Amino acid sequence: MNEVKSKDIVGRGTREGAALFRDWFQDLTKKAEEGETAAYVFVMGSLAEILHVFDLPMVFPEINSLQTAVRHVADDFLNTAEDYGYSPDICGYVKADFAMQMQNGNHPMGRIPKPGIAVLTNACNTYFKWGEIWERIHEIPMVSIDVPATREAGTRTWPGDDQFEREKKYVKVQLKELIEICEKITGKKFDIDRLREVLGYANTMSRGWKRVLELNQSRPSLFNALTDGTVYLGMSNVFRGTPEGALYFDRLVEEMEYMSANGIGTLTDEKFRLSFIGVPCYPIFRRFNEMFTEWGGSFVMSTYLWFAAGGTNLGVQYDLENPLDSLAEGVLISVRDAMDSMFHPELTVLEQTEEFHIDGVVYHPIKSCRTTSAGMADNRRALMENSDLPSLFIESDMMDSRVVAEAQMKNRIDAFFEGLESRKAQAAIMGGA
Amino acid sequence: MSTIKVFENWKDQPLDEILWLCQETVEDSEVMTVKRWRKAGGKVLGHFQVYFPEEIAHAAGMLPMKMFGASVETRNADSRFGSFLCSILKTSLEQVLSGRVELDMFVTHPICDAARNLAPIWGRNYDYPCQILYLPQNPNSSYSVQYLKEEYERIQKVIEKVAGREITDDDLKNSITIYNRNRELLRELYRIKKDMPWLISINEAYVLMAIGGLIRREEHNEILESVLPMIEKRKARKQDRIKVVFEGGFCEQPPLDMLRTIGRSCYVVDDDLLIGMRYILEDIETDNEPLHAMAEAYINKSSYSPVQHDLRKPKEKMLKERVKNANAEAVIITAAKMCEPGLEEQVTYTQEFDKDNTPYFVSEFEENMSSFDHLEMQLETFVENLIFD
Repeated sequence: MNEVKSKDIVGRGTREGAALFRDWFQDLTKKAEEGETAAYVFVMGSLAEILHVFDLPMVFPEINSLQTAVRHVADDFLNTAEDYGYSPDICGYVKADFAMQMQNGNHPMGRIPKPGIAVLTNACNTYFKWGEIWERIHEIPMVSIDVPATREAGTRTWPGDDQFEREKKYVKVQLKELIEICEKITGKKFDIDRLREVLGYANTMSRGWKRVLELNQSRPSLFNALTDGTVYLGMSNVFRGTPEGALYFDRLVEEMEYMSANGIGTLTDEKFRLSFIGVPCYPIFRRFNEMFTEWGGSFVMSTYLWFAAGGTNLGVQYDLENPLDSLAEGVLISVRDAMDSMFHPELTVLEQTEEFHIDGVVYHPIKSCRTTSAGMADNRRALMENSDLPSLFIESDMMDSRVVAEAQMKNRIDAFFEGLESRKAQAAIMGGA
Repeated sequence: MSTIKVFENWKDQPLDEILWLCQETVEDSEVMTVKRWRKAGGKVLGHFQVYFPEEIAHAAGMLPMKMFGASVETRNADSRFGSFLCSILKTSLEQVLSGRVELDMFVTHPICDAARNLAPIWGRNYDYPCQILYLPQNPNSSYSVQYLKEEYERIQKVIEKVAGREITDDDLKNSITIYNRNRELLRELYRIKKDMPWLISINEAYVLMAIGGLIRREEHNEILESVLPMIEKRKARKQDRIKVVFEGGFCEQPPLDMLRTIGRSCYVVDDDLLIGMRYILEDIETDNEPLHAMAEAYINKSSYSPVQHDLRKPKEKMLKERVKNANAEAVIITAAKMCEPGLEEQVTYTQEFDKDNTPYFVSEFEENMSSFDHLEMQLETFVENLIFD
């Protein structure tokens, strides 16, 4: 193995991601200071494909909010919103963003421009309530793209099915309506060739994202889905449909292929391969992961990397010959999948357990997000009925440190690993016998 | 099937007795009306809050049961849910897991992040169809009526399969006519409550409406047609109470004792309790394509709730309108515990009412709460402040 090449390539995705992220925040700060407005969008269906055509800068409030938790200042933001009247039981992302709006867009990574438009999908119902807050504060247009989701497990429809084609038409009309509004607020005419260009970059990114996730089947795992994966996820959202994003994912795939070919893994001495279901515990982001890696537990799969990528993990490729129609189809398939990943995570986890060599499943329901959390207990019950995979269920939050009980969490995690170890030992004895 | 009666003992009874029977039925955790329906061979479609186009299930000869929670201990359902969730999710599932209610189909809606999870949860526990009816969340799209009509067609096919019979346009038109009459009678009930609130208290009006979610609407119509004239003839003296609007009952329902407590110091002249039953504001047309007419009514002739985003209906303006139309002097702004949309809307409402100094009283509730002393004291203080201001 060429050591120079290895040093240069391994960890490149994390390094480059962090640098690009900083630049992106700096650019937004500059725009905010110059009085520019931005499109406020969400990770589950950002519609970046259309917004880039109009050169609208994009702000991802979910990402701004989680940054406050990772940097341990979320409590200040939450308190500001709660003093205003927002209940402790409301999503912490919404409250942190509200506090940010109240303090002129300032946040730990810089400043965000005010919104000129809000674009959202129905992947999360709280998006609607969140958008309504901006509507009232800033009096801006709020455009929702309604994506009919799976009605019942096992009833997904696909291109060519009557129901799918009907729903695609509904999505397509809404995309056209979004385009009309963008034309109105920017004064720019919609350029279909520019859309083709953006879709081309998005194709490269989706293809790359799918491949990166697949490559983590390698043993040892190439990246930690909870920590490194979250950096890649941020890139897939923030730079979607851009040349920087396409280049980043090309290079990330190259890095992962290289690691896989050379048997290079993460720094964890991997003993247990885990699947994570839910949203990370951002108030103790590093520590949370350490509680697992200390036992040799490595997260090789995370549903967060599916739904919070808006379903781009499927790698849907747009047909550049038929851009708008194909975009409607892609949005329907991808955003729907994001929803399925939250409502039926056990189906995909069970399907991929063997390929990823999963030893255990960690459920992390949180107070802030009922979309991902409300069904988890029942989901775990179903998982246990349909497999002998050990699982752990720990409740906390993605923002609110008041409901993150680290010591209690550690006790449960330790007990989980003791169980895994004893199971492994028993299996070894049985195998030996 | 539609001739089966499940609630008949009210006939020839005085008004107070009928109201008592309605209350007993609404509070009956065994839901005997549904049991009687099943015993007679009927099928039941349970649908979660807020709005469901019951006419389709009705046209198939099924009993559409409105699942609005129940006063039950969630012994079985607790293991299916985590913390930080509203009570109605758990009690609705508990009704089924405990065997109190038996369904042939379950439908929920994308009203909130928690409720959307009900179909997957239900589906993992039962083999019958457990679906989400995707009511459009972009009612402002020019295509929303067409989309909804097609979504109704889709659910109609599922219902036909469960009911074991085809639904014709005539069946649908007949059901729409019955439901139009029901909505007309409920509007009349609310008119009495608004104009002469001393004739019927909020808890009485509530049970009279809520029972409609547990029986076929033709039966409900019969009750209302008999009872409404009795209410108007009731001998009750107008008392010196302030008129209020109650907001926050669009999904989880406040306990009856809470409504009774409020009724002791206020006249509740309008509310959003079980708003789904009154969501369609005008008659649905019966001379055209019925599913299209139903979709059109949902999109363009409907009320509002915190769980529907419609650019034409800013919630705070809609509530203000409700307060104005009811000639109310104050508003009780409540939300069910852990109900994210309701709690978020509380902030919006209070901000709006601060602008013109409309008095409001903010509170939270849970369907299974049982002590209201504190609420009563706070409310009395609020009312006294207004009366003696």
